[in-house]
Amino acid sequence: MAENPTPQPESRGRRLFGWLDERAGLLTLWRTILARPVPRTNWLYTLGSASMILGALQGITGMLLTIYYIPSPDHAYDSIQYIMTEVTFGWLIRGIHHWGATLLVIVVFLHMLRTYFLGAYKFPRELTWLTGAVLLLGVLVMGFSGYLLPWNQKAYWASSVGTAVIGAPPVIGPLLLRIVRGGGEIGAVTLARFYGLHIWWAPAALVALVFVHLYLIIRIGITAPPQRDE
Amino acid sequence: MSDLSSSHEEVGRRKFLSGIIGVVAGLVTTVVGLPAIGFLISPGVKRQTQEMWLPLGPLAGLTPGAPTGFPFSRKIKDGWVESTQTGVAYAVTHDGQNVKVFSNVCTHLNCRVVWNDEKRGFFCPCHDALFGVNGEVVAGPPPRPLDQFETRIENGQIQIKLEA
Repeated sequence: MAENPTPQPESRGRRLFGWLDERAGLLTLWRTILARPVPRTNWLYTLGSASMILGALQGITGMLLTIYYIPSPDHAYDSIQYIMTEVTFGWLIRGIHHWGATLLVIVVFLHMLRTYFLGAYKFPRELTWLTGAVLLLGVLVMGFSGYLLPWNQKAYWASSVGTAVIGAPPVIGPLLLRIVRGGGEIGAVTLARFYGLHIWWAPAALVALVFVHLYLIIRIGITAPPQRDE
Repeated sequence: MSDLSSSHEEVGRRKFLSGIIGVVAGLVTTVVGLPAIGFLISPGVKRQTQEMWLPLGPLAGLTPGAPTGFPFSRKIKDGWVESTQTGVAYAVTHDGQNVKVFSNVCTHLNCRVVWNDEKRGFFCPCHDALFGVNGEVVAGPPPRPLDQFETRIENGQIQIKLEA
């Protein structure tokens, strides 16, 4: 760092950055995480970053929605009506969350297809692939648990049908179904636990797994698209 | 293509792409960030017009010089919930013509005051405050007289204006 033989008057910003860098290792972080060397790739290789940014957008808009939304049968629908009609830009924040959810599922799925068809799941990236597979499932859990929260007819009946799938296995099916719904029918208990799953358990698991996924990507690096003669 | 020109081109391309990333990131932040501010503050700053004129009772029913308490309640919008606002309004007249209507909320710390005939004043039990028959502070810590409702008389009925 101290290679410059002629001491020059440093700007205030540069001094501050130097102070921070000396303690937090900012340059090291920059070089290993953001400015790391990558092979020549194409636009399909941006799907992972796109997934992460869409996920962050879902997180931020979701946190905003919790400021008004109440997960209870007598308030859920009305509180969303309030968001849509009374709150400034409520329609926009909810709209981004609603359409962003669909877009996230599509982008994550395309990301998986790209990884599969370009053979990026092979040694030494099996763990990245496995965590990615769990992340895809986690995104689907988010989508499914969020679907019930508006508590309208579509939400209710779609979740009724969706949870019924869990009751399909022989012997343990009916018990599993009762556990997932928190009782025989979809009701207040179901709404509350789906909300808990949607804003705490699933996102916490997703964030933790994204860190593992990113760590592996940074540690191993990304693949180049396979060549014709490979 | 010489090495020199290619490296020159690389810098241009890199700058161009990071510029695009910056613009897109800025756009997304603006599109979400600015509406988010409105989203967060809107219930506090939106003007809600829930004011109404509430009839209390006939002016003729008042005894001059003796405040009469009128309990009232009304439905108000509380976000997406309809809730009930309750209170007591003290109407007092001295000449049978003009009427003053006081809120029963103490101006010190919002306790409820009651008319006390012996003390000839509105008594607040929280800190022994006393307001006179015209709402003025007689004793205790209140910083200002009792608040008054805007009033009007229609067909001999006292009406007060309730705001949000």
